[in-house]
Amino acid sequence: MKFSKGVKDGLPIGLGYFAVSFSFGIAGSNFLTWPLVTLISMTNLTSAGQFAGLQIMVDAAGTFIEMAIATFFINLRYSLMAISLSQKVAPSFGTFKRLLLATGITDEIYALSVSQTEPVTARYFAGLMVLPYIGWSSGTLCGAVCGEILPAVVTNALGVALYGMFVAIVVPQMKAHRPTLIAVLIAIACSAAFKYVPALSGVTVGFAIIICALVASIIAAALFPVKDEEEGDGLDEASYESGKEGAA
Amino acid sequence: MIETRDYIIFLLVMAGVTYLLRAVPFVLLKGKIKSRFWRSFLAYVPYTVLAAMTVPAIFYATDNMLSGACALVAAVIASLLGRGLVGVAVVACITVLGVDGIMLLL
Repeated sequence: MKFSKGVKDGLPIGLGYFAVSFSFGIAGSNFLTWPLVTLISMTNLTSAGQFAGLQIMVDAAGTFIEMAIATFFINLRYSLMAISLSQKVAPSFGTFKRLLLATGITDEIYALSVSQTEPVTARYFAGLMVLPYIGWSSGTLCGAVCGEILPAVVTNALGVALYGMFVAIVVPQMKAHRPTLIAVLIAIACSAAFKYVPALSGVTVGFAIIICALVASIIAAALFPVKDEEEGDGLDEASYESGKEGAA
Repeated sequence: MIETRDYIIFLLVMAGVTYLLRAVPFVLLKGKIKSRFWRSFLAYVPYTVLAAMTVPAIFYATDNMLSGACALVAAVIASLLGRGLVGVAVVACITVLGVDGIMLLL
């Protein structure tokens, strides 16, 4: 697993991030100067967390405690991903390298690294981070500097780029693996319940996402455990027992 | 405009919490998880997280629900047809542009 392969694999994420962070740059430029907006992206590398953080930052009533709690709940999913990724990395991926590269655990970089068939090395992971990091930072910069020129129709359109990338990661797996399809449908039903059932609508978005992911993944793990194999900790075609009929 | 001192503290809190959430579990878990149940659970997590983040949030990502819903449908179709990350993202963006454009003209 070479550095250069990581860089190449990271290109589509970097391009997607550019578009998404562009809209963050636009949102931030209403309240902050462009270097300050860009610095948020360079130090956080998180989509939903930054948008929420910006809201709290510019809210006259926003407090540091509120920032800490909101960031914690919205980004708690990264802890789940970090645990999951720790099962997938090569033995040579030591403590110092983990401390250095932990910032790269984003939804997309994580999803791409765990979908690899080989164990993930620090070199590959570092390579994978490069273009997404540059894309995220430079997209924010460009959005903050020149976003005001663009009409709302264009910035709205850019805002769905993030969700488009999520769809591109989830749908192929749903198509290939029926248990994943079921898990995803449970997660969506749960997420819709948090949005539309009045009794549940008080739960913050970040917390709702965690609950949905936990419930759906636990149900799927209980009903459709992945097959025991030395490297079988992914959902690649060979590593599950049930759902063969769902394979396309 | 926010004061520079407040900005710095907000930034440190946000970046610090985010970093620790990623780094602490990543560094602490060195061995393989033995339990088949938890390994299965972790294998499903990326997909359930992304699904819960996308639906229903995408319906509210644009000015009207119709363009968000159309973007989702278009993205799923593009993905089923084998488009990659960027291809699907571009299809979603163009769909919103098209639907919002038509709505403006009506």
